[in-house]
Amino acid sequence: MRTADWLQAIAILATLAVACPLLGRYIAAVFADDGTPAPGDRFFGPVERFVYRLGGIDSTKEQRWNVYAISLIAFSGVSVLALYALQRLQEMLPLNPSDMAGVAPGIAWNTAVSFVTNTNWQSYSGESTMSHFTQMAGLTVQNFCSAAVGLAVAVALIRGLVRERRGTIGNFWVDLTKAVTRILLPISFVFALVFVGNGVVQNLSGPTEVATLEGATQTLPGGAIASQEVIKVLGTNGGGPFNANSIHPFENPTGFTNLMQIVLILLIPFAMAFAFGRMAKNRKQGYVVAATMFVLLFGTAANNVYQETSGNPALTQLGVTQRATADQSGGNLEGKDIRIGSAGCGVFSAATTNTSTGAANCQHDSMTPAGGGGALFAMMLGEISPGGVGSGLYGMLVFVLMAVFLAGLMVGRTPEYLGKRIQTAEIKLVVLYILFVPLVVLGFGAISVVVGPGLEGQLNTGPHGLSEIVYAFTSAGNNNGSAFGGLTATNDWYTTTLGLCMLVGRFFLAIPTLALAGSLVRKRRVPVTSGTFPTDTPLFAGLLTATVLIVVGLTYFPTLALGPIVEHLAR
Amino acid sequence: MKILRRQLAPAVVMLAALTLVLGLLYPLAVTGVAQATMPGRADGSLVRVDGNVVGSTLVGQGFVGEEYFHPRPSAAGDGYDALASAGSNLGPGSQELIDTVDQRVDEYRTVNRLDEDIVVPVDAVTASGSGLDPHISVANATLQAQRVADARGTSREEVMTLIEIHTDHRSLGFLGQAGVNVLGLNLALDESAR
Repeated sequence: MRTADWLQAIAILATLAVACPLLGRYIAAVFADDGTPAPGDRFFGPVERFVYRLGGIDSTKEQRWNVYAISLIAFSGVSVLALYALQRLQEMLPLNPSDMAGVAPGIAWNTAVSFVTNTNWQSYSGESTMSHFTQMAGLTVQNFCSAAVGLAVAVALIRGLVRERRGTIGNFWVDLTKAVTRILLPISFVFALVFVGNGVVQNLSGPTEVATLEGATQTLPGGAIASQEVIKVLGTNGGGPFNANSIHPFENPTGFTNLMQIVLILLIPFAMAFAFGRMAKNRKQGYVVAATMFVLLFGTAANNVYQETSGNPALTQLGVTQRATADQSGGNLEGKDIRIGSAGCGVFSAATTNTSTGAANCQHDSMTPAGGGGALFAMMLGEISPGGVGSGLYGMLVFVLMAVFLAGLMVGRTPEYLGKRIQTAEIKLVVLYILFVPLVVLGFGAISVVVGPGLEGQLNTGPHGLSEIVYAFTSAGNNNGSAFGGLTATNDWYTTTLGLCMLVGRFFLAIPTLALAGSLVRKRRVPVTSGTFPTDTPLFAGLLTATVLIVVGLTYFPTLALGPIVEHLAR
Repeated sequence: MKILRRQLAPAVVMLAALTLVLGLLYPLAVTGVAQATMPGRADGSLVRVDGNVVGSTLVGQGFVGEEYFHPRPSAAGDGYDALASAGSNLGPGSQELIDTVDQRVDEYRTVNRLDEDIVVPVDAVTASGSGLDPHISVANATLQAQRVADARGTSREEVMTLIEIHTDHRSLGFLGQAGVNVLGLNLALDESAR
């Protein structure tokens, strides 16, 4: 890495180190439990109350965990149906200057599920499939809503841990609304304009026909790009307007926008850890979670930057120079644009896969075996480092409970976390949470490598072909959405199974989490004694990191060995 | 089931309200402010020559002529198709990638009349991620300079000066990577020929 690359890394870290604790404090204030008015109540309050009245929602009434979960399911179900209908009917709707036809049923189903579950896996090519109206009123809306749903579940789990002997964990509709109006929308509005100022497109016009200098024609797409781009990264969604996603110069035009995208991706997931510490009235608990998230993220980021800047040895033998000099940034540049470069790809690919974002500023399929393997491994961690908006925190807290359980087994005491006894009911839910995703990822992955419709999708062969398939299911199951793009995942086998993986990755994790919150909220807090295992120390952060790595390693190592590891060793 | 039915009306109303705010008001407000304050950028940083749009500074074009600098290989459609942004997606060990790069190295040396022992900058022989990369590395441009100068009957020094002018440096001096904007450079060459 060169000096500028180090400065870039320091700039990202410094920005996050300042912004995340501040935002965390704000988020804690928005969802405060003590009856104090949330920031922005005077501005948004009247509109929100009007909408609540329209929907027959009693915003003062809290919900038990099962009602909370059912509200979430109802909202997501209605969202899937609406987004499906919107895509199918887009040719009859306004703002369709390129006359896009209705989207085919399989793709429309896959996309609807994908955006509602915060996965944003894209089996279509945006610039040639979706009308402006679908991008705005459909995809942009779900980029917001799916992130807000994740936030709501995280806040509900925190309430479960913090409250004592209560039955309710909050009101889903209120949490959802506040997450949108107080957090996601204000940040998005500001940064959408910053993006436009740096070249990201924002218009409602159709494509522009251009006669090039050599007499050819080029058609430049238009659209409300910046307003979607910012929530794409801020909401850890990843579903951009164009096929090439954050590599497209209209989505990510400069080194500065690239830095902002990385910061916005990591912003809320890390801020949630700090918000958790504040809501738990023990900020050190938040630091432990944030530190663990950071260690895991940093490991993959360092690996990916090193691998990508080192280049592809197969090309060196052909008389190609990949060395970084004053005249070129070098590295493995297949699938990368110059302004972003191999170091920028390394950092971004780690940020986007350690969170459940799945945006891409380089083609992951063309990354080095160990770099692409790093991205795959980061998703296998379960999107907790720092993970998706909200979902990252609740995923990490589930691993926290696993870690205190293991610590409890070692010293022979009933484990406790924040004074709550962790007992059979909770551990069962924790285990369910940890097992669901590997089950569908490895299950469907295994079937895909033996059946025709699974195999026909591969572009690359050998270990890299296996990586393509495993990457797709890992991405869908963990609600990430990035892809080894060589895999053609548009046939019925992939649109259906990947759609199922996305549903499992969202609801089979969110619902056990809410059940966990419902079970914890009823418990009373036991006093701290000399026998209590402290969970706000560096030692616990170490134990937590090890727990994550061991669980994930035991689950996925054989698959990684057959894919990226053998490919790296054989080159 | 009863609880689910009771939550359906809130779900429909909330989605409708959120769609109105997030799907229409928000993007339209951003568009309004952006178009009012920075229309050039909001419309795609278009470049005009004599009033005609000839491209965008942000999006590369597929130059092939002797007298123009050549961009990077592109996997977008038939090359630089801005409605089909894409990379090759070939894996690092793919035989197809190795064969293609091998062929591109030969072509690059032939077109630019370079010796067999000159190593070729990696960006010149690898497909970009978007297929629309507007930049090439300075090393790549430098190796093309003599050919362009010969084709235009001007000096290499003059071309090198233009390369320097049309190099987009890192944002704020350290963000991203530097590159030569191919469209800007080629436009400047045409301009200076007039």
